[in-house]
Amino acid sequence: MSSQTTTLPARPATADDAEPAVEVADLVKRYGRSSRPAVDGLSFAVRRGEVFGLLGPNGAGKTTTVGVLTTRVTKTSGRATVAGIDVSADPVAARAVLGVVPQRPNLDRSLDARGNLVWHAAYHGVPRARRRALADELLERMGLADKATTNPDELSGGQAQRLIIARGLMHDPRVLFLDEPSTGLDPQARLFVHDRVAELAASGVTVVLTTHDMDEAAKLADRVGIVDHGRLLALDTPSALVAALPGEATIDLTLTGADVATLRGRIDAVRGIAGVEDLTGERPDTHLRVRCDGEAGAVLAPVLGAVADAGATVSEVDLGEPTLEDVFIDLTGRGLR
Amino acid sequence: MSAPTAAPRTAPRQAGPGQGRAFLGVLGRDLAVTGKEFGSFISQVLVQPFFLLFVFGVVLGQLGYVTPGYAQLLLPGLLALNAFFVAVQATALPLVIDFSYTKEIEDRLLAPLSTRLVAVEKIVFGALRGLFGSLVMIPVGYLVLDEVAWDLAGLPLAALLLVLGSLAGGAAGLVIGTLVSPRRINVVFAVVITPLLFTGSTQFPFLQLGNLRWFQVICALNPITYVSEGLRGALTPSVPHLAGWICLLALLVSCALFGAIGIRGFVRRAID
Repeated sequence: MSSQTTTLPARPATADDAEPAVEVADLVKRYGRSSRPAVDGLSFAVRRGEVFGLLGPNGAGKTTTVGVLTTRVTKTSGRATVAGIDVSADPVAARAVLGVVPQRPNLDRSLDARGNLVWHAAYHGVPRARRRALADELLERMGLADKATTNPDELSGGQAQRLIIARGLMHDPRVLFLDEPSTGLDPQARLFVHDRVAELAASGVTVVLTTHDMDEAAKLADRVGIVDHGRLLALDTPSALVAALPGEATIDLTLTGADVATLRGRIDAVRGIAGVEDLTGERPDTHLRVRCDGEAGAVLAPVLGAVADAGATVSEVDLGEPTLEDVFIDLTGRGLR
Repeated sequence: MSAPTAAPRTAPRQAGPGQGRAFLGVLGRDLAVTGKEFGSFISQVLVQPFFLLFVFGVVLGQLGYVTPGYAQLLLPGLLALNAFFVAVQATALPLVIDFSYTKEIEDRLLAPLSTRLVAVEKIVFGALRGLFGSLVMIPVGYLVLDEVAWDLAGLPLAALLLVLGSLAGGAAGLVIGTLVSPRRINVVFAVVITPLLFTGSTQFPFLQLGNLRWFQVICALNPITYVSEGLRGALTPSVPHLAGWICLLALLVSCALFGAIGIRGFVRRAID
């Protein structure tokens, strides 16, 4: 999945592909008598086999959207389908084809790790003879083979999360929903979870994940929908979202030995430079941010040449490529929630 | 995890396993957990009624404060009490904790089973525990008390009454479990459960309360009264008792009323 940030893995197109794995149209959810809806006319479609990320600040409506899709929240209006099944019209059928990894661990602490998987399979009608073998296979895949008889209380956060993912897969769902899958995990556990998600996508399971972690979205998702105040602000591949940002890449320069006006004039004259900002403030050295139209690396040499011509000495160069975080901040603002 | 390129998975596939199997799966989980914790279950079921039986049936009898026939009256009452209470406890307490803190029930709410049927499963499971709790009182009663004689012809009716009493208890537990917040559960158990314990006509015959009319009216509102009185009619008909059909009707109404409120409360808690 090294190229997952660009496009979908190429697959032979069949008529089957026409129907999205998940479809949300004009979805509205208003809790009680609150004036502002949690989800306010959201629409998007997820293709089969895709990893789709819903990215947004806390309270943006991501979890509510997943709640509607997983039959735990009733919609106010609009339409939501999973694998072609309308989740409000036929929640029972929808539950059979979707798997859920919730934001908060909800493992059954009256059962051990294997029991959680085996009974989940029983709820979903997996034949008795296959349950245990399937559970052991998934425990193995999730690196929990030695924890089969451990009580969930004694698992670490990462182990519990892996067990929850294993549980969500016991009934072979067509769409797996992961709500904030790596919140609170240490870096190793995060990486492990990321690898498993990538593996799932490669095996053809459609994955819908919510996150407020830009790096996670950029790394895992084929496409990302940025949501705020219950509305969709942007929807594209992470790289396309970044490419659409105005301003593009930056070069930060720390230097001495020339006055700012001269420097700005010289740098501005270089082709492919969108602008120069003076960020010196109180610092003793001059500090400039050069915004480039294209990639920062491409104009670095001429910019440094222009600086040398002005008689300045550069002490530090810092190249900044925009990230999904910049897109996110650009769309949702800097204010704290 | 088959590859998506295999036989196109078209249109909604068969809606999972059928709700019957999902229901049995969820019920099987609850029974399996009870089996694992059998020791604590049995002590929870036996300790309180055993002491009631011992003090009222044996100690007070030996001291001469109660008449010899009292044990005959008490045992059906304690069967009724256990059927209802064990069921209430089996349903109410875990639900309060599940919905408010652990969310452990979520995985079952996501089973291919309608949410109402998950609620029905809770009632049925509570009722099974209640039924078991009342049946184990029979040998205990025979061992502790020396003067128990039952009319065996009444056993089928007695069994039916116990089933209905347990179901009413399970449904009442569902009402408490879905309406009461965990901060209030202690208060509710103190102010609801204790009065229920002493107004269920378990320790006295309902019809002889004529001189305490107000108390009789309160007892008439307690479903346990109808299990106790019905059991006396079936097993120890010499003790004055309410007519069987009144008891059956009252229990059916209790089941329907608590069931309807409880299931509504459950759905409200389960789905936002």
